[in-house]
Amino acid sequence: MKLTVAHLQRGQRGIIKEFIVDKIPLKLLEMGCLPGNLVELVQTAPFRDPMYLNINGSHLAIRKETALLIEIELI
Amino acid sequence: MGKQINVSLIGNPNTGKTSVFNQLTGLNQQVGNYPGITVEKKEGVCKLPRGLKAHILDLPGTYSLNASSLDENVVIELLLNKNDRDFPDVAVVVSDVENLKRNLLLFTQIKDLEIPTILVINMADRMVRKGITLDIGILEAKLNTKIALVSARKNTGIEELKEMILNYRQISTEPCLHASIMDPEYFERLRKAFPNQSLYKLWLVITQDVNFGNVNRHSLDNGNSFHTKSNSDLKRLQQKETILRYQFINGLLKEGLKVDLKSATDLRIRLDRILTHRVWGYVIFFMVLLIIFQAIYNWSSYPMDFIDTTFASLSEWTRNIMPAGPFTNLISEGIIPGLGGIVIFIPQIAFLFFFISLLEESGYMSRVVFLMDRIMRRFGLSGKSVVPLVSGTACAIPAVMAARNIENWKERLITILVVPFTTCSARLPVYLIIIALVIPDESFLGFNLQGLTLMILYLIGFGTALVSAWILNKILNIKSKSYFVIEMPNYKLPMVKNVAINVVEKTKSFVLGAGKIILAISIILWVLASYGPGDGFNNAEEIVTSKYNPEQEPETNLEEKIASYKLEHSYIGILGKAIEPAVTPLGYDWKIGIAIVSSFAAREVFVGTLATIYSVGSDEEETIKNRMAAEVNPILGGPLFTFASGISLLLFYAFAMQCMSTLAIVKKETNTWKWPILQLVIMSAFAYLVALIAFQVLK
Repeated sequence: MKLTVAHLQRGQRGIIKEFIVDKIPLKLLEMGCLPGNLVELVQTAPFRDPMYLNINGSHLAIRKETALLIEIELI
Repeated sequence: MGKQINVSLIGNPNTGKTSVFNQLTGLNQQVGNYPGITVEKKEGVCKLPRGLKAHILDLPGTYSLNASSLDENVVIELLLNKNDRDFPDVAVVVSDVENLKRNLLLFTQIKDLEIPTILVINMADRMVRKGITLDIGILEAKLNTKIALVSARKNTGIEELKEMILNYRQISTEPCLHASIMDPEYFERLRKAFPNQSLYKLWLVITQDVNFGNVNRHSLDNGNSFHTKSNSDLKRLQQKETILRYQFINGLLKEGLKVDLKSATDLRIRLDRILTHRVWGYVIFFMVLLIIFQAIYNWSSYPMDFIDTTFASLSEWTRNIMPAGPFTNLISEGIIPGLGGIVIFIPQIAFLFFFISLLEESGYMSRVVFLMDRIMRRFGLSGKSVVPLVSGTACAIPAVMAARNIENWKERLITILVVPFTTCSARLPVYLIIIALVIPDESFLGFNLQGLTLMILYLIGFGTALVSAWILNKILNIKSKSYFVIEMPNYKLPMVKNVAINVVEKTKSFVLGAGKIILAISIILWVLASYGPGDGFNNAEEIVTSKYNPEQEPETNLEEKIASYKLEHSYIGILGKAIEPAVTPLGYDWKIGIAIVSSFAAREVFVGTLATIYSVGSDEEETIKNRMAAEVNPILGGPLFTFASGISLLLFYAFAMQCMSTLAIVKKETNTWKWPILQLVIMSAFAYLVALIAFQVLK
């Protein structure tokens, strides 16, 4: 199974590997969600959805369905 | 005085762009709408050194020039149109020192448009605390621009910024990154097809269609051999563009920005641990809501009483000093009470906007969106629907507009459709007077019954909004790309100036907008109630006097009888009699019927209408209340306002779609009459049904 942002535990960090380009909204890229960037799970709402992330210093929240599309590598 | 310098303020949301705008313009600003759309247009005048002036336009916040909403589209349409009156001589991009990397993305795009661009790095006062050092020299050289280090909060750097605006001609228009590097071959073809155009501008026009339908790129294709790419190819190129820009910015910041992590103390982490906690987060949110509602009702009752009595005495005063006649009557019985009906809402609306603006300025609103998203999604809404639903308790009009930052069209549409169910402040006067009439002022388990009823009405409003959202989610078959991204900004202490300007502007636009309608309605009503056809109206005095028996009734009674006889035979009386059969099953008489019909313009005219119809001549609640209590049901006998008819009326107002302005704004936001008409018909039919059942069961 591929490891994605949705699999991060709170406080855990990873490096964004790649994602299915056509499904990721451009806005997310523009907010700093790019391959090679560091991503940390800051907080989750109940049922782990949405997820509050820190991507290279950019703080944002996305839904789990989007998080599942972003593949990462744990560090 | 020469020509003003046109300045456009552009920036990401949460960079303090509006604070910079407020510092530049002070109170020298005005808020309007862009023609044809309801996007707020904020502009102002800034005094520059040497007696010159700049016209400053505060454009909606955007993350990039790839528009994904109506607000963002405004920015691009302006920047692409050289002939626009507001086209900037110089663009000022506002960035936040802590999010410089992300903010610079937009900057490099604007720079590519070959417009002179100044970079403002705001919140410079936080640099020491965050351990940030900047090398302005390197940044200015690499970005080909002038940089103003500003703290809008501490009011530093603003004078330097003004100096730069003044000397905007010295700023290079050379791009710092050429977009053409993302696909040289494609851009070369583009350049050949349109030799005299800025390449990046062409690129933006071509790609607008991908994200947003408003710009017609086919105008480019006509009569030209140039063939553009498929949408998914274009989208991939846009992503490539973003990645390239970030690569450039990363390289730049490696040299120009140093962050010493050791000296960074993070308030955000500690606050978020509590405020977004899966238990405490919700507890705190509901406490915040509770405090807000308590404050709105407790604090605003004093100014409201004051406004009420002031307008009553103003009415009295005009009647006394002006010569008697229809014109004086129009002013004292029509216009002044009508105006009073608007002004009385100012305290509540202002307090509500005050709190909402505190929540937004502090950064807390984003946390609420985060907390509520999952729950709201069950009902087909988004976490971002919380903002419209909360603002809906003030007024549905700004609430419908606040739905704009919901990315998913279906979620946004459902939010717009259900917002009018929340108890807006215009329902409040209706609720208050009916509750005072039919609910006893007693305690039940330590709770005041009247207060409890009011709370239940609010809960009914929210509950119905959620249930109808759930139903709409099931029946609406709309496929829309579902995604949800929200920035979680840093916590900030709200700036007094920003909050104050926001409250004043929002309140003003509410009063002017709603005011026109209420004023018009009250004049029409007054005319309809003051004139009538035929004998019944014109000879009311003789007819009533002939039936009058002086031994049984005192003289004051006679005058009132003449007045009410006249009313019954006025135009409005005739209208009312015509609709009476429709409202009798709900427990109302024709006068309430008229009040309901006029309420379809705006709910708040209910009390004023009854005031006019009952010819009390004053809007003061006690007198109206007494008159209402004394009304007799024409069919059943006994008092007209019983528990049954009162509850029926309350429920009718809870559900019915009685607000022209909301319908108009829904039409604007959804771009079709289909949705507002559906709202009007379905909500009002439902209201009628519920009121009917309530009265028939309870009577």
